[in-house]
Amino acid sequence: MSEPLLSVYGLKTNFDTRHGLLRAVDDVSFSLDRGEILGLVGESGSGKSVTGFSLLGLIEAPGRIAGGSIRFDGQELVGASIDILRSIRGRRIAMIFQDPAMTLNPVLTIRQQMKLAYDAHQSGNTGDFTARALEVLSKVGIPDPAARIDAYPHQFSGGMRQRVAIAIALMHRPDIIIADEPTTALDVSIQAQILAEMRGLAQETGTALIWISHDLATIAALANRIAVMYAGRIVEQGTTAALIRAPRHPYTQGLLNSRPDRFPPKAKLPQIRGAMPSLSNLPQGCAFAPRCQFATDLCRSAIPPWSGTLHDGFACYHPLERTP
Amino acid sequence: MVSFIVQRIAQGIVVMAAMSLLVFLGVYAIGNPIDVLLAPDATQEIRTQTIARYGLDRPLYEQYGQFVWRVLHGDLGRSFVFNMPVTDLIFMRLPATLELTLAAVLGATVIGIPLGIYAGYRPQSRTARWIMAISVIGFSVPTFWIGLVLILTFAVTLGWLPAGGRGETANLFGIEWSFLTGNGLKHLLLPALNLSLFKLALMIRLARAGTREIMLTDTVRFARATGQSETTIIRHHVLRLISIPLVTVFGLELGSTLAFAVVTETIFSWPGVGKLIIDSIQSLDRPVMVAYLVLVSLLFIAINFVVDLCYVALDPRMQKG
Ligand SMILES: Nc1ncnc2c1ncn2[C@@H]1O[C@H](COP(=O)(O)OP(=O)(O)OP(=O)(O)O)[C@@H](O)[C@H]1O
Ligand SMILES: [Mg+2]
Repeated sequence: MSEPLLSVYGLKTNFDTRHGLLRAVDDVSFSLDRGEILGLVGESGSGKSVTGFSLLGLIEAPGRIAGGSIRFDGQELVGASIDILRSIRGRRIAMIFQDPAMTLNPVLTIRQQMKLAYDAHQSGNTGDFTARALEVLSKVGIPDPAARIDAYPHQFSGGMRQRVAIAIALMHRPDIIIADEPTTALDVSIQAQILAEMRGLAQETGTALIWISHDLATIAALANRIAVMYAGRIVEQGTTAALIRAPRHPYTQGLLNSRPDRFPPKAKLPQIRGAMPSLSNLPQGCAFAPRCQFATDLCRSAIPPWSGTLHDGFACYHPLERTP
Repeated sequence: MVSFIVQRIAQGIVVMAAMSLLVFLGVYAIGNPIDVLLAPDATQEIRTQTIARYGLDRPLYEQYGQFVWRVLHGDLGRSFVFNMPVTDLIFMRLPATLELTLAAVLGATVIGIPLGIYAGYRPQSRTARWIMAISVIGFSVPTFWIGLVLILTFAVTLGWLPAGGRGETANLFGIEWSFLTGNGLKHLLLPALNLSLFKLALMIRLARAGTREIMLTDTVRFARATGQSETTIIRHHVLRLISIPLVTVFGLELGSTLAFAVVTETIFSWPGVGKLIIDSIQSLDRPVMVAYLVLVSLLFIAINFVVDLCYVALDPRMQKG
């Protein structure tokens, strides 16, 4: 097998705050092949967004990437110059965000915003801006793009706004799109539509996706592989089918158990008891131990090492049995 | 859009009506101008005559009615002291104030906004700290004191710049302007600097606060994630977004400075309307005071109107329908 499109190894991103050094991303490793969809799932604050921003070098003070490696298409991005990072952002790796009402500039027309994103990469441009802009807008399902391109963001619905953001992301035919909970702020029906469309677009264009969500059900419906994050670390990673059918980490099991579709309507949802510890106050050893029914003294004293391959494995001393 | 303009004009008329009444009553309460009009030894006969001539014996509401009637016909009365039409008097002085004010407000804006953006963009840098120090001084040191220091330093000690007056003027559109001659510019520099310091501080603060806030938004993050350069982000995103509050303050400052540049005009003997109004208050020159305040109200309404139009132009969310 050739080198993956993106391989992240031992990535560490810290925030130096008043509450001490927060290890928002700690020793995170994963890889992504062309056209693949990787789901990154975890509770709020587990470090999903910081992971995404780190890939683009978009970590600002007081944060910094403190270690590890991000290899993208043969190029090392950790410590790369701002010019190299800028030439990759939006052109080869694009990113879309949770709330389209916040990401688009309210005082610029869609055309103006698309033009700014288009002009950010002079070199790769062949052909006409307007033609390309209209092409991607219709690709994401904006009706009558020629008329709508001169409208302002507030003249679009939430779902349409997110489609515009996706269109901007698609403009330079990126190899990867990082989608940071792009449907969380939208209605449920629109969520499903956009999800289906994104999967279609990724297939059609060969773009790989890193899909970030706190909702395992969404991810399972979309991704080829899933990485589960907890308190800054990846605790389990595997193909969607295997991870859903036979999770190895008790936390993954807990997330699966809280999925409403697994239980008859009347049944009480089993929740994972307790809450994720704050990064400023992590317990020794496994961060999940205080909430884990299998935790032992070992779990409470040393961080469990990764077992398995880069693509497939878990970090737990007491993994669940693989049920055949 | 048309309904917006009509609505604004209607509001303006209501405000003007209220203002004219307040001004009239307020000035009426200040004192009896008859003592100014007459020599102390005037006979009772002359006294009665004069009172009748100026309509001061009529009931108050009648005086007000006549005043409004005359104003609507463009007649703001004659100055008691200068014995010439008040409008002529004010418009003679207005260009001086206008150029001083514009120089101060425009200068503060053009210099203050980039400094503020820089301070907001790199809040931790040494330069940003210096910029903020300037703005603290501009805010906290009184205008008259800075004016005196400027005169002492640049006019008295160094002798580089004149201490007062308008200097040579040149004619443009039938009006005399100082900024068109080298000598006039020299005269303009110190008072404009004096008048602009507070505004400079204000513009720095506003631009800095706006920039800091906007730099943290997802709009900027998204722009960065598309590969846009920092220059592009500041020029096209930050500047556009902070311009909305800045336009408001620009308008307010322009209005209030035009109306009340009194302190600076006095210190630098700048022959503008500020000095005129102070003199007219001292001499109880009632028509000048009234006309001045009415014109100032009109000015504020006009500036607010323009600011509102700028809003609509700058913020598409305001353009309904
Ligand atoms: N600018 C920052 N300053 C300080 N700490 C930060 C900053 N950004 C992130 N963090 C820390 O990193 C942790 C992870 O944040 P991140 O945004 O990646 O979480 P997330 O998994 O995306 O959560 P959510 O689902 O809420 O978006 C946060 O809990 C916070 O402690
Ligand atoms: Mg997040």
